[in-house]
Amino acid sequence: MTKHHQPTLNTSPEVSDEIRRTTCYMCACRCGINVHMKDGKVKYIEGNKDHPVNKGVLCAKGSAGIMTQYAPSRLRAPLKRVGERGEGKFEEISWDEALEIAAGWLKPIREEAPEKLAFFTGRDQSQSFTGWWAQAYGTPNYAAHGGFCSVNMAAGGIYTMGGAFWEFGAPDWERSKLFMLFGVAEDHDSNPIKMGLGKLKANGAKIIGVNPIRSGYNAIADEWVGITPGTDGLFILALIHELLKSGNVDVDYLIRYTNMPFLVNQDADSDEFGLFVRDKDGKELVWDRVKNAPVAWDAKGVKPAMQGEFEVNGIKTTPAFMLLADKYLGEEYTPDSVADRCGIPADRIRKIAAELARVAFEEEIVLDRPWTDFRGEKHDKMIGRPVSFHSMRGISAHSNGFQTARALHILQILLGSVEVPGGFRFKPPYPKPVSAHPKPHFGVTPGKPLNGPHLGYPQGPEDLGLDENGKAIRIDKAFTWENPLSAHGLMHMVISNAHAGDPYKIDTLFMFMANMSWNSSMNTSDVMDMLKDKDENGEYVIPHIIYSDSYSSEMVAFSDLVLPDTTYLERYDCISMLDRPICEADAMADSIRWPVVEPDRDVRGFQTALIQLGVKLGLPGMVNEDGSAKYKDYADYIQMHERRPGIGPLAGFRGKDGKGKGRGEPNPNQLQAYIDNGGFWIDHIPEDSAYYKPWNAGYQDWAVERGIFDAPQPYVFTVYQEVLQKFRLAAEGKGDIQPPEHLREQVRATMDPLPIWYEPFEQSLVNTDEYPVHALTQRPMAMYHSWGTQNAWLRQIHGYNPLYVPTDIWEKHGFSDGDWAKVTSHHGEIVVPVALMQALNANTVWTWNAIGKRKGAWALQNDAPETTKGFLLNHLIHELLPERGDGMRWNNSDPVTGQAAWFDLRVKIERVDPPPNLQSEPTFAPQESPVGQGPANVEYGKEWT
Amino acid sequence: MHPAPSVIIFTTLSGLGFGLMMFLGLGFLDVSGWVAFVFVAIAYALAGGGLLSSLFHLGHPERFMKALRQWRSSWLSREGVLSFLTMGLFGIYALLWIFMDTRVAWLGYLAAASAVATVFATSMIYAQMKSVPRWHSFLTPVMFLMYALAGGALLSTQTYIAGLLFLLLVPVQAMIWVVGDRAFGASGSTMGTATGLGKLGKLRLLEKPHSGNNYLLQEMVYKIGRKHATKLRLFALAFGSLLPAALLVVFPASHVMMLLVILIHLTGLFAQRWLFFAEAEHVVGLYYGQR
Amino acid sequence: MTTLPQSTDKKLGLVIDLDTCVGCHACEISCKEWNTSNYGAPLSDVDAYGANPVGTFLNRVHSFEVKQENKPAQVTHFPKSCLHCEDAPCVTVCPTGASYKRTEDGIVLVNESDCIGCGLCAWSCPYGAREMDALAGVMKKCTLCVDRIYNENIPERDRVPSCVRTCPAGARHFGDLGDPDSDVSRLVAERGGMELMPEQGTKPVNRYLPPRPKADVEEIDVLAPFLQRQDEEAGGFLGWLDRTLEKL
Ligand SMILES: Nc1nc2c(c(=O)[nH]1)N[C@H]1C(S)=C(S)[C@@H](COP(=O)(O)OP(=O)(O)OC[C@H]3O[C@@H](n4cnc5c(=O)[nH]c(N)nc54)[C@H](O)[C@@H]3O)O[C@H]1N2
Ligand SMILES: Nc1nc2c(c(=O)[nH]1)N[C@H]1C(S)=C(S)[C@@H](COP(=O)(O)OP(=O)(O)OC[C@H]3O[C@@H](n4cnc5c(=O)[nH]c(N)nc54)[C@H](O)[C@@H]3O)O[C@H]1N2
Ligand code: SF4
Ligand code: SF4
Ligand code: SF4
Ligand code: SF4
Ligand code: SF4
Ligand SMILES: [Mo]
Repeated sequence: MTKHHQPTLNTSPEVSDEIRRTTCYMCACRCGINVHMKDGKVKYIEGNKDHPVNKGVLCAKGSAGIMTQYAPSRLRAPLKRVGERGEGKFEEISWDEALEIAAGWLKPIREEAPEKLAFFTGRDQSQSFTGWWAQAYGTPNYAAHGGFCSVNMAAGGIYTMGGAFWEFGAPDWERSKLFMLFGVAEDHDSNPIKMGLGKLKANGAKIIGVNPIRSGYNAIADEWVGITPGTDGLFILALIHELLKSGNVDVDYLIRYTNMPFLVNQDADSDEFGLFVRDKDGKELVWDRVKNAPVAWDAKGVKPAMQGEFEVNGIKTTPAFMLLADKYLGEEYTPDSVADRCGIPADRIRKIAAELARVAFEEEIVLDRPWTDFRGEKHDKMIGRPVSFHSMRGISAHSNGFQTARALHILQILLGSVEVPGGFRFKPPYPKPVSAHPKPHFGVTPGKPLNGPHLGYPQGPEDLGLDENGKAIRIDKAFTWENPLSAHGLMHMVISNAHAGDPYKIDTLFMFMANMSWNSSMNTSDVMDMLKDKDENGEYVIPHIIYSDSYSSEMVAFSDLVLPDTTYLERYDCISMLDRPICEADAMADSIRWPVVEPDRDVRGFQTALIQLGVKLGLPGMVNEDGSAKYKDYADYIQMHERRPGIGPLAGFRGKDGKGKGRGEPNPNQLQAYIDNGGFWIDHIPEDSAYYKPWNAGYQDWAVERGIFDAPQPYVFTVYQEVLQKFRLAAEGKGDIQPPEHLREQVRATMDPLPIWYEPFEQSLVNTDEYPVHALTQRPMAMYHSWGTQNAWLRQIHGYNPLYVPTDIWEKHGFSDGDWAKVTSHHGEIVVPVALMQALNANTVWTWNAIGKRKGAWALQNDAPETTKGFLLNHLIHELLPERGDGMRWNNSDPVTGQAAWFDLRVKIERVDPPPNLQSEPTFAPQESPVGQGPANVEYGKEWT
Repeated sequence: MHPAPSVIIFTTLSGLGFGLMMFLGLGFLDVSGWVAFVFVAIAYALAGGGLLSSLFHLGHPERFMKALRQWRSSWLSREGVLSFLTMGLFGIYALLWIFMDTRVAWLGYLAAASAVATVFATSMIYAQMKSVPRWHSFLTPVMFLMYALAGGALLSTQTYIAGLLFLLLVPVQAMIWVVGDRAFGASGSTMGTATGLGKLGKLRLLEKPHSGNNYLLQEMVYKIGRKHATKLRLFALAFGSLLPAALLVVFPASHVMMLLVILIHLTGLFAQRWLFFAEAEHVVGLYYGQR
Repeated sequence: MTTLPQSTDKKLGLVIDLDTCVGCHACEISCKEWNTSNYGAPLSDVDAYGANPVGTFLNRVHSFEVKQENKPAQVTHFPKSCLHCEDAPCVTVCPTGASYKRTEDGIVLVNESDCIGCGLCAWSCPYGAREMDALAGVMKKCTLCVDRIYNENIPERDRVPSCVRTCPAGARHFGDLGDPDSDVSRLVAERGGMELMPEQGTKPVNRYLPPRPKADVEEIDVLAPFLQRQDEEAGGFLGWLDRTLEKL
């Protein structure tokens, strides 16, 4: 017998020299991180346990931050193109020269025609700043990426209830007992959703996942509904049908908190048909069933009727609820009539409706928290309906997504589960009614700022961005009859419109943080050609392209001037209340990034560079009287800028004493206060104000105190959406502002004030016998779009992406492991590796998003699997729909919001012999790498072990 | 398992070397002087070469002495200790034999026994692996020992014994394959037990943890085609034992003949060992969709 | 004869909840970043930016699909690291004694300065829990973050393995499985925690909590009371609405 030997071990080694607490930006979730520093290098990154977003957890990307911080793909200095566009040939230049070149292009056009600058930004978190810059410049052509991302979700929510999912709000994870998730693979709320799901599981709540694909969140759902893509609207309306039919709707809630009792003009001949009738103060009327008379909706003690026909000032009216009930109780929405199209058995639809009803009404939660509503009525309890929902691009990235998102919100509202315990809750600055949002502005004056913010929420045809000839004012044709409520712009149309010179030609395309020549464009191959295309004079059709990226992406190769940004650990940033803060349903919060590592390259934070460019251009707000810079850099702007008096980018530690919450003078020590506080600031909403926010007087007052709004603005949910009806009336020929003939029918059909379902456009235009299969992408949890790839650890997880094929199709085509397929859409063709997945809708194929890469990009070797077997589905998707027979190509977007309809794609699939060299198709000539290629091996941390 | 050349060379050559030492130690070969030297040299070259080659399989060959420490529990350690012991004992025996022309019989027997033990220890490295069901069998030491003995007999020109052993090896090897083919199934390890999910239905791997490769896949998840394996088995059987046996029986022994038989056996032996590794499935494959 | 301790004071290990794991790979990367610059040699990545990147990871997340005839298939994400077996074959095969199991807590470790990189321990592990680092030439495995869990330089609440601290879904639990009253032991008892490959006789300490039964894999109970139709009651939908309004 030997004695057991074991070495003595130091179980308390020193971890690091110092911890610097900042905000992650390996994705847009904005988790708090503790960056452990050793010898001036990052040793370990962990979640910040005190941080409101992630409470200590971190996702794979966040933990892999070290490999991004030290990635070989980091740009090193400003680049000036020396080869042809797309080749990737550059020379490194100084910042002075770079800013000189940029100002040289931008200055003259500002004086002549500011719209010749198109400034579009990607998934950055400084839109309140970049928007401000663009406004000062004076171009109408500014937006961020929301138009191709998820504007349907945002607009659907705002127009229905003054907020949507994701950053607008979240389920009450602690109290929910039934949670239904529609079409989400990952979402921006990456960690909070996972934490929430974990909480639901721990509490024994039930999760229902509605998704054609059963992976990730859907894999752990207790029930999976493998819906046919594009049919959620039908499914939801069938649930609504069942709930109405069985009387399982919260009538009290609808009366108090929604516009369901509002009286709607029912006189078909009237110019106001379908609009609410109002009293002389402009207040919507309801029918008081006790007084038997019309009264203003918010009158004290009103007892509104929910049914019946009432004459008001000679106009035939009915409560909006009646219109809703009539519509959804119809035969069209029975489970039996939708079952086949949704691919969900009618019994299952009924069962889910029954379950929603049971949990909402039989498992009612009561909190003993007295509160007072905006009418002054006191409540001694908070009543909760513990069913909650969440949804993202699975619903929104379809051409019927706006109305589907609305349908889902209305389902929540009918169940009385919005802003109540156990239901869905808003995060400040939401809730905020449509009417409190800005409207879009289009007033261009050469040499002057735009007359207001670019983006907003139109309230009727009069808010459209059309010139006197009815032509689009914006390059992306946002806010036109094609997509009237395109609240986030249409970034996916910018390059093709600019290339076509429709509505006009531009001079400079200025982009930031968007890989537009690759994975963020539809029709990637043609987009690359458009960027390279020259006119008869041999000049590029899009004359100048300025781009800011931190890394050697595909888009860099197409730029004339590259402004190299820092990494997220090397700069100041603010995640602002003016933009998309990190608030919780229970708290107001914002955060910063700060340079926890000094850059070792000649790079600059983009926002700082933008300020410097603004100073060079002499933009108002950026220069003092004498032309000198008003803000030294972005950090200075963050602390000193005021949007409204007392309100600035950061809400915390305001005022000279640093004690101001939300309001207060600029504090020159504000950033340090944030740093000392762990990189964020949080202020909790008082308990009695934490629910019923839109109607809770306590919350409204608190929000005013905190500078969220300047006056209380209680409102009711706009289940019946009048704005839509206004557009519809125009389409029916009423009013002065009229849509062009070719769009009349589309506007009339899709701008319904109550949600409808229609077939996704692509599917209704292609021959579905020829293209029988739906093709989707999903976000891999461990990758962020194209930039995951440069990360030595993450790329090992997803180095290439097979196309997942369901059993029936797999067997029908005789596929086996290692096979390849040709996949064809109305627009293009790709040849890609396939893999079997059984837990998949029988008519759907899918792949991971943005894994395929162009050779030469991201400092990878040219034979990296991302560039050989990897592929983009984008080659099959076109920004325009197939011809309709009217000779016109309409854009492949939601007709209401302009949301890119990525997931409407229809394809056919065939088995093919594996291509030579196992190279997926299409292929492109390699781009040259301005930063060379990465080293052979990585042994991170060697010096410390 | 990945058929690493270093390990194949190691097991084949050292088996032959120790086999030869055994026969020499038992005094089968009635030679002396430089002829004895040649045989001894061959034995050392094979055993030592094999051991040297095994060092190539190590991440830190310079630390190989540390491997001798755990002889109480580790078969690899035992093998190391025993091979040094054998080489030492045999060395003294050989020195006396070659240079003093005295054969100390007991020392020879001791060296021979030690050589057998060494080969046995080698075989136990594999036989102990429950995680590789095909190896986890008493047949593994039987196989290793028989090949070592047959090879040793052949190298020490004991044609009769060698022929007999080769003949015996044919059915034994065949049986090892037949039994081995069933071993994985009989081990009770399935994707179901590996994941605990077997009760839920029919299991398959949906996605590997990484799209890329890893040590486990490179080292332990080697998959060889069935057709390919059958052909190689026939080849290994023919060259490793059948042909050598036939040649030894049919043709009179001569230098050329012996050399030919040795070469044929060696080729067959390499094929056999290659298969020994390549056909051995590690249960970790279950986590990677194998079986 | 064995170099395994006869018994250990504690049986520290992980309990992984397969009903909650969403397969996000966070645990895997957090493990890598902690361990690459702490205990022992870095976890290297060979051909890191090339055609065939091969890195060392101590924890990897697999995905399985399971299906019954005529029922929808299910997906389970399956993280796997060393199970710190009580009867760890990886320890007994080690020729150098580099592999050992700690008497105080049962953690199985490799003393890298003694490791010759023979790979035998990895061969003997049925679970694929050990990976040889290609550049360091030594065997790497999950250390159960032995340099965190007792580390007095980190706050007490953080003295858990890196993977456990980071798991966004809370699917990973750490504790003493030798103590029947510990939280982890209770979880195992309540949820039927499973041993992997019991037939291998390794007596793993880590346990896996099985996925809960799925509602869509069970039959839809067509006899269950469906929603009561209100529109067929007195006055149909409007009648119901009237009655409801009266109650308000
Ligand atoms: N890890 C990681 N996180 C990310 C990102 C990333 O790249 N990586 N990207 C960020 C960005 S920019 C965005 S916009 C968000 C997007 O976050 P998600 O909304 O999660 O977007 P996708 O991954 O595109 O997933 C869409 C999901 O909808 C499903 N789906 C598709 N069509 C339908 C349908 O018709 N009905 C239903 N019910 N489901 C459908 C798909 O199967 C898929 O699961 O993620 C953000 N978070
Ligand atoms: N087929 C298909 N295509 C899609 C989608 C889909 O679901 N399916 N989803 C669409 C959606 S929702 C989105 S949001 C887009 C996303 O697509 P993109 O917005 O193009 O996203 P990324 O690939 O992440 O590109 C962003 C660029 O920002 C750079 N970058 C990263 N960090 C920084 C930084 O700190 N500073 C600067 N200046 N640059 C930085 C990266 O290097 C990269 O080049 O993809 C769209 N494309
Ligand atoms: S979800 Fe992950 S990548 Fe995104 S911010 Fe949080 S930790 Fe960073
Ligand atoms: S971190 Fe948690 S949820 Fe993510 S893969 Fe690991 S165990 Fe699963
Ligand atoms: S899981 Fe493998 S490496 Fe870990 S103790 Fe068990 S046998 Fe050893
Ligand atoms: S690789 Fe190292 S730890 Fe493993 S058995 Fe060999 S010497 Fe021991
Ligand atoms: S316990 Fe530590 S070493 Fe083990 S898998 Fe988790 S993080 Fe990795
Ligand atoms: Mo997005």
